[in-house]
Amino acid sequence: MILNASGCLDALTAPDVARSLDAFVTKTITPEPREGNPPIRIAETESGMLNSIGLANPGRDLFLRQVLPRLRTLGVPLWVSVGGFSAHEYAETCAALTDVTIELNLSCPNVDEAPEGAAAIVAACREATGLPLYAKLSPAAWDIAEHARAVEAAGADGLSLVNTLRGLALDGSLRPTLGTGGGGYSGPALKPVALAAVYACARAVELPIVGMGGVRSGLDALELIAAGASAVSLGTILFSDPDGPVRIRAELAAESASRNLGHPLDAHRLAHSSLQMSVSGSGNRV
Amino acid sequence: MRRELRRVAGSETVGPYTLLRLDRGGLDRGDPGQFFMLEAPGRVLPRPMSLCLEAAGELAFLIDPIGPGTQALCGLDRGDALHVLGPLGNGFELEVTRPLLVGGGIGIAPLPYLSKRLGGPPAILGFRSEWHAEAAALVPNAEVCIEPTYVTALLPEGRHDVLACGPEPMLSALRGLAPDAQLAWEAPMACGYGACYGCAVEIHGELRRLCVDGPVLGKAA
Repeated sequence: MILNASGCLDALTAPDVARSLDAFVTKTITPEPREGNPPIRIAETESGMLNSIGLANPGRDLFLRQVLPRLRTLGVPLWVSVGGFSAHEYAETCAALTDVTIELNLSCPNVDEAPEGAAAIVAACREATGLPLYAKLSPAAWDIAEHARAVEAAGADGLSLVNTLRGLALDGSLRPTLGTGGGGYSGPALKPVALAAVYACARAVELPIVGMGGVRSGLDALELIAAGASAVSLGTILFSDPDGPVRIRAELAAESASRNLGHPLDAHRLAHSSLQMSVSGSGNRV
Repeated sequence: MRRELRRVAGSETVGPYTLLRLDRGGLDRGDPGQFFMLEAPGRVLPRPMSLCLEAAGELAFLIDPIGPGTQALCGLDRGDALHVLGPLGNGFELEVTRPLLVGGGIGIAPLPYLSKRLGGPPAILGFRSEWHAEAAALVPNAEVCIEPTYVTALLPEGRHDVLACGPEPMLSALRGLAPDAQLAWEAPMACGYGACYGCAVEIHGELRRLCVDGPVLGKAA
């Protein structure tokens, strides 16, 4: 299953790209409209990119009234990314949604966070809705597995791993390139970070995991599945390759077949099992 | 919007710039002022480039090698392959009665194709140096000025339909002198098709995406 990472695709501007996904994830919706951060908002770095969009979105009411009905006509399963500045705000938006999967953005590096912790926000949302709830966590936590256990205990149905890392780029005058100073770091450099987070959380909790971070190829996607993801999201790659979902799905099938896997998900959690030795007695056993 | 792997048909230097010619394949040439995202070898993100010229099954882009992406593009050789996405955005409105093209520096990039489609109207081009001004040869019927003279000093009397591309101070000055001017703006963008929200600029007091609402903006935008 291939999704887009939240904030990396506008389905109404590029409906064909959205239809090439197994589910479309919206940009994060907050209770009030947000214009977003002042330019400059993006900067390429050596192995990735920084963004400081600042959760630009039309706000909950306009989204529910005008955007969501149009998204439903695409015929693609919808995930709504929900943000807020208190547990109550998150819960209010969750309560207003129907017929979607909810992804709680608990980790945007470009806005001030809610004072409550991730688990308290998940608990409040759990009370507010019976819809599937995925918690999107930051890879910046020292022990992300601990956060995974906490949101699982609070009632999350799944994890989205990972959001961007906070980064900074300086321009030729040695001043911050982005209008807000720092931003969220994404792209190829994030892949090992995402793999580590998925791997650690897959050991810690039973929840399904949507893996994302630096996926550019079918092999990248397969690695995330092997680490413990059961679905994969595409972020930065969509910016350079809107045909990415189709290409990566085909590559994923080919990479799986070349490993004698009947289905990509046959690789699920493979990284957690030890290699079978083909010749017994070989190796440096003690 | 279509993305294809295209080959470099040739590359020529024009002053400090490079005119990169690609075989067009199945890509639509689009309208003047529209742009394409060119894969920059070795870089994470493609680079937005407005179409400079189209002829004989080729698309040509005028590129200023100011950073790692544009330098990689200028370093491409004949036969090299790169992904090209486009045409994207909104180009110039061509239903004009007295067109006057105005360009500054690398901002002259969309003007050769625009001039061709409008039948070679008068143009005013400004450059930083004589070396940069070698690019003026790409635009027919052009009057050229070099800093410290600016294009605004050469604007003729009377009513014209100004179609312009250049640095922001030039566009802002033109907007003051010709409020109805069609101006092609520039912003850093990751995707070019509305996905990244990176190219936000203020339009009518709101932050809008330049890639889908522009890059050519009309009256007092």
